Amino acid sequence: MKTLDRHSPPSGAQAAVPGTPPRTRGRGPRQDRAVTWLFLLPALVYIALFFGYPIVKNVLMGSQDYTTATFFTGSSPWVGWANYRTFFTGPLAGTTFLNTAVFTVGSIVGQFSIGLAVALFFRRRFPLSGLMRSLLLLPWLLPLIAGTAVWRWILDQDSGVLNSVLMHLHLVHSSVPWLSSPSFALYSVIIVNVWIGIPFNVALFYSGLQGIPAEQYEAAAIDGAVGWKAFRHITWPALRPVVTVVLVLGVIYTLKVVDIILGLTGGGPANSTQTLATTAYQDSFVQFSFGQGAAVSNVLMVVSLLFACLYLRVNRRASDE
Amino acid sequence: MNRQRVRSTQVGVAAAACTALALTLAGCGSSSGHTSSASTGLHLTVEDYYTQPAAAEYDSIYNACAKQLGDTVTISHIAGAALIPKVLQQASSRTMPDVLMLDNPDVAQIAATGALSPLSDYGITGAGYVPGIIAAGSYQGKLYGLAPAVNSLALFYNTDMFKAAGLTPPTTWAELQSDAKALTKSGRYGFAFSGVNTYEGTWQFMPWMWTSGGDEKNIDTPQTAAALQLLTSLVKDGSASKSVDLWTQNDVESQFAAGKAAMMENGPWNIAQLQQVKGLHWASVPLPTPTAGQKVVSPLGGETYTVPQTGDSAKMAAAGKIVACINSDANQVTIAKTVAYVPAKTSVAEQFAKDNPLMAPYVTVAQTARSRTGELGTGWDKAATAIYTAEQQALTGEASPAAALKQAQGQ
Repeated sequence: MKTLDRHSPPSGAQAAVPGTPPRTRGRGPRQDRAVTWLFLLPALVYIALFFGYPIVKNVLMGSQDYTTATFFTGSSPWVGWANYRTFFTGPLAGTTFLNTAVFTVGSIVGQFSIGLAVALFFRRRFPLSGLMRSLLLLPWLLPLIAGTAVWRWILDQDSGVLNSVLMHLHLVHSSVPWLSSPSFALYSVIIVNVWIGIPFNVALFYSGLQGIPAEQYEAAAIDGAVGWKAFRHITWPALRPVVTVVLVLGVIYTLKVVDIILGLTGGGPANSTQTLATTAYQDSFVQFSFGQGAAVSNVLMVVSLLFACLYLRVNRRASDE
Repeated sequence: MNRQRVRSTQVGVAAAACTALALTLAGCGSSSGHTSSASTGLHLTVEDYYTQPAAAEYDSIYNACAKQLGDTVTISHIAGAALIPKVLQQASSRTMPDVLMLDNPDVAQIAATGALSPLSDYGITGAGYVPGIIAAGSYQGKLYGLAPAVNSLALFYNTDMFKAAGLTPPTTWAELQSDAKALTKSGRYGFAFSGVNTYEGTWQFMPWMWTSGGDEKNIDTPQTAAALQLLTSLVKDGSASKSVDLWTQNDVESQFAAGKAAMMENGPWNIAQLQQVKGLHWASVPLPTPTAGQKVVSPLGGETYTVPQTGDSAKMAAAGKIVACINSDANQVTIAKTVAYVPAKTSVAEQFAKDNPLMAPYVTVAQTARSRTGELGTGWDKAATAIYTAEQQALTGEASPAAALKQAQGQ
């Protein structure tokens, strides 16, 4: 019964819809608009300063020869598309795009399915479920660099705990080069990123599940829809908005992952875990060719933007329905 | 665009003003050369990338040098990789420190931006220093950074394991391969090195490449391929771990300290840590060469001190004196002892080797060691990236050593 209360809509929601909106007294529409802008101003200034400026600067920097000398001399010659050309005609462009795609898709599929399964599991009440659910947040609370350092040790080929467990269980005959072989490294990095991403997915799905009224399940149960049928016809449609949010945020978060890859493999071995984000980082902060790094991160921004647009479109279609 | 032009004009004006000021003050300085009153009572800033406990030792050297000149210093330690970004930020906001420590391969790049002043302005010539370190601290023929102490790479070997196997430390590549193979058994590798995909990996590859006759100007040569072939076959036949492509030099040291490697390629800065490991007996010798009796050419490491162009010529002159003081014979020995480096002056290093036998192999290696930026200057970074990229390709078996080098050279 207690859970029922939580699912009922907040009582204020109905009352807040006024039958006849009270007209503002003594003020013309022009004054109204001025007040509106005044309220918007702090937000606009904030966005322009902390989002607008860096983005514009980054777009410009992508077309400049911006190097260490720029910091001292202040000159950064305009080079047009040269930085983009260097990247796209470089030997690593194809690998980088492919790695980014595999890393993103792999991470999302893993995080999404495991996250949803765990959230569904924790929907049932059982002893210690609250405690275990909060323990699930642990990967999220750990500093990423500490987390990746531990994973490096777990995945170590010679003395890693994972290989020693697998070999004792006779699941593998020789130690697996999780991080040191180009054919395994990308998958190992994906596994670690899935581990880190699960809490985020569980948290969103769990709160989404809380919003589905229990009455629907009760009514469905009377009609004979339980288990998979209940999931297919009640849970999944009700979760649709959450699913889009989780997917789009997940894609954007995954595209920009740098720290996990740097901590685990540094983009290696033999560039097998190099993604757009790590390439941008290395161009800017290892090679100190900031223009080149900015160009790569502009490419990354365009890719993210495509997904953001996709999200808006899907969202609009969903609300149109 | 417009903004950019305005800014560069401002910079131009500022630079012109600085030069004018420097000229007049330099004029004043030479006319009243014998008095040191110009530099007394100044407050200077010093920046380096050391961490404790070494940082405390450096602090006392900086403070003593400043005190000797009647100045005071504020010291900031910017940990490791954060130093260069910090310096760039300071360069753009005109807040460079008065004395700046730079790792030697970075000197050329920073000097190329015009941010540093030549040390000859302060009467520092670097005479009597190991030639490699002068090359590393110079850009276009001018000395910008001087290191009080240097380091390089050598071969550490576990004496107990060698005794048990009845072997002596290898002097040639062939001996290295056969010894490494003989010393490899379950849970232990014969040899450990770092082949990581950073400049650290390149640094570790240089002794093999240079001693073999390879050159960074063109890495697509049989000499460099032979060097890469050596490391690749060590990994291939199991004498070295497949994880070397991920190991940093610290990881290599951990493996050696834990008895999981019978030999390792590493530098003298590990000595203090290795001495604390109970039951570990080791010694070090210069790295093996392709044929017996060759001189090994190792890369030269070490941090140099520079005087940035801050525009305040009185402070710059005082900073020059502090750089000279940090590089004094006595301080060279103090620093060499603190961080287990080799004093940069040949005469000081010779005495140091006699007093510290453990350091003797490094003193030998340092005399013939080569600077990384000496030949290519600011072009080094690109070459270094190509080298570690090729090494990773070869070590992981993605390409043969020769093919990997050819591909990397073409990039």
